[in-house]
Amino acid sequence: MTTVHTYEAVIVGAGGAGLRAAIEASDRVRTAVISKLYPTRSHTGTAQGGMCAALGNVEEDYPEWHAFDTVKGGDYLVDQPAALVMCEEAVDAVYELEHWGLPFNRTIDGRIDQRRFGGHTRNHGEAPVKRACYAADRTGHMILQTLYQQCVKRNVRFFNEFYVLDLLMDDGRVGGVVAYELASGELHVFHASSVMFATGGFGRMFRVSSNAHTLTGDGPAVAWRRGMPLEDMEFFQFHPTGVYKMGILLSEAVRGEGGILLNAENERFMERYAPTVKDLAPRDLVSRAIYQEIKEGRGAGPHKDAVWLDVRHLPREVIEEKLPDVTEFARVYLSVEPTKELVPIQPTAHYAMGGIPTDVEGQVVTGPDERPVQGLYAAGECACVSVHGANRLGTNSLLDIVVFGRRGGKDMAEFAEGSDAPELPERPEGFARDMLDGLMNRREGANAADIRSELQESMFDLAFVVRSETGLKKMQQILGSLRERYERVFVQDTGRTYNTELMEAVELGFLLDCAEATVAAALGRDETRGAHYREDHPLRDDEHWLKHSLAYRGPDGSVRLEFKDVKLGPYVPMERKY
Amino acid sequence: MTEEPLGDVLDDSDGRQVGAGSKVTLALRIRRYNPDVRTDSWWDEFTIDTEPNDRLLDALHQVKWYQDGTLALRRSCAHGICGSDAMMINGKNRLACKVLVKDVLPKATVEPIRGLPVLKDLIVDMEPFFAGYRSILPFLINDEGEPDRERLQTPEERHRFDDTTKCILCAACTTSCPIFWGDEEYVGPAAIVNAHRFIYDSRDHGADDRLRILAERTGVFRCRTTFNCTEACPRGIEVTKAIQEVKRSILFERF
Repeated sequence: MTTVHTYEAVIVGAGGAGLRAAIEASDRVRTAVISKLYPTRSHTGTAQGGMCAALGNVEEDYPEWHAFDTVKGGDYLVDQPAALVMCEEAVDAVYELEHWGLPFNRTIDGRIDQRRFGGHTRNHGEAPVKRACYAADRTGHMILQTLYQQCVKRNVRFFNEFYVLDLLMDDGRVGGVVAYELASGELHVFHASSVMFATGGFGRMFRVSSNAHTLTGDGPAVAWRRGMPLEDMEFFQFHPTGVYKMGILLSEAVRGEGGILLNAENERFMERYAPTVKDLAPRDLVSRAIYQEIKEGRGAGPHKDAVWLDVRHLPREVIEEKLPDVTEFARVYLSVEPTKELVPIQPTAHYAMGGIPTDVEGQVVTGPDERPVQGLYAAGECACVSVHGANRLGTNSLLDIVVFGRRGGKDMAEFAEGSDAPELPERPEGFARDMLDGLMNRREGANAADIRSELQESMFDLAFVVRSETGLKKMQQILGSLRERYERVFVQDTGRTYNTELMEAVELGFLLDCAEATVAAALGRDETRGAHYREDHPLRDDEHWLKHSLAYRGPDGSVRLEFKDVKLGPYVPMERKY
Repeated sequence: MTEEPLGDVLDDSDGRQVGAGSKVTLALRIRRYNPDVRTDSWWDEFTIDTEPNDRLLDALHQVKWYQDGTLALRRSCAHGICGSDAMMINGKNRLACKVLVKDVLPKATVEPIRGLPVLKDLIVDMEPFFAGYRSILPFLINDEGEPDRERLQTPEERHRFDDTTKCILCAACTTSCPIFWGDEEYVGPAAIVNAHRFIYDSRDHGADDRLRILAERTGVFRCRTTFNCTEACPRGIEVTKAIQEVKRSILFERF
């Protein structure tokens, strides 16, 4: 049995971007939010450090300074008009969240307090600036809660624990989505003229990752299978301070509040790599510096593959009031007392700069000439506007989700008001049904967990902080064999009730798609820029590569690449020093 | 000062030194229920080789991924923030991702949280829990016009409700409460915690409405201060204290 629902706007994903879009759209059109998790479980909730906006509450600041930092931080691959929009709207976005009740930390005079964060500077790089608005080290948690509260207030219609498996398209127009209800095993068709993907990232393709188990690139993969391109997939951010081995994020706010990095010789090595801002250099530079220290034998720990995060010198009240969660992670997962001991860290896969290409209204665009796809939207980490370019600055992800969630929600509602959904095809659930039957009907074959763990292990070895043509080609071969094995995956659970094993197998397929696009784009870009470091091409090449990549899935499963020019603006690309 | 590599030398529950990578054997006893195959629940036992510093969630994944794919549980972030994996571990409500193997060796008994209908294995129906949450008006109420900038709030005013802003809605507190087990009408600790978060927020004007709701038969006075909720909270919220504060406001300030 397949149930058909009719809405005007369907939002897939209930993290910050999806919820912010839902607030906007549900005031105007019949809106459904489909989420594979309960909304408050979304990964936005784990963001810690802050959300930047040039409020100027603590120090002089301007949105234009913020935009410059965003463009430079993104190694000039950022579309500059989009960055200017985001940084201008940041200020009102913070006020709006405050008006909705977000409990920001406060200054003595009752204003929203602000603190330092990597790559955010005064007057185009002079010195670090206090720009990040924060709620202790659980800013993402408070944003997610606040947006969910506003959805409760507005009676937004949620379909929780529904997995979107397919996008319905009719002659270039969106017709809705097909989703699997985890509780019952039933397929549901959501017929709608506008659809937004806000499904988050796909960091689970790497062994060491800060990402939730559920971050498997569902939205990008579903769109990709329906012919949409994925933009700038080679740019994946590796956050310098993940809990050693586990990858759990230790916020950059630790360094924003004065924490420092030390190598095995107790040297504050960032002074050598970024003399002006030191430990507050952008994440790509810090992660690469850590790799360099390890490569040159100054790594710490039993395998010399970690460095230390040191907060022992910070005042106790700073740790208790501003960094309580982060310090607890060290205590729980490492049995380390950070007020007295050094914390072992290593870079962890954190954030996809790339994703489904959109314009600044959140509408999906394809091809070098950016043809809009009628009714299709994307926002948040699964989208690529592009405001993060080759390397996202800390805090700009929380900003991205509220600014572009709002813009996308507004635009999709306006679109839906003016157009009817195309008629449903004969058997709209057919593609999803066949995919599930394929997995359910095999009674023997390959184990999905084995394939996933090999994927994560080899991506960590070959497509992580340091990449090369040789390594990436090897990775492509591995992906080919993993894909073959994936075609033979079977699930033990043949039931209909909460068949999480079946959905994990589906998610693995999405993850493989995202990995294939990532590796193909990384192989294509023979330069080093931002988070994409090619040791065989260690320099940035502006002459050839001020371009975004667009990866398409070919009919035979191969990846085809196209390129489009970066939208420049007031900031002329220059050498990136901090 | 830590000169010794961390995570490499650590104590297990018996105080012996064990090296990272050294395997330990964990026995898992899991309460199962699957309406697709039987009408009653049963116990299954699994033995796995694992590492002392692994999370209990990792151990459950090992069972699911390599022994019995039908085992159903919720999880997402795996570091104690998303609130998906509250379950009863050795008789106490915990998040499986915040319990380490070394803390439960040599065996762990895992059951679904109590007081909510079990749907499959460790998955319970969260709807009654979220209905309780929704009933206390969990959103800022302030009908004054919005200023151009932020509303002002002093650090002291902000601190007044800081503790209850930490709630991740995992339901560990509510489903540890014996009153909630016996009376499904009781809104439960988590709903009160979320009411507290707004009642004591200087920017909010909805306290009267919330206190009226919580003064009803289904509200705070069902609480018998057993402190189970405070003990169960993975975020360290002083849940019972928050409930007592709300009781006091109802008794002495409002009515």
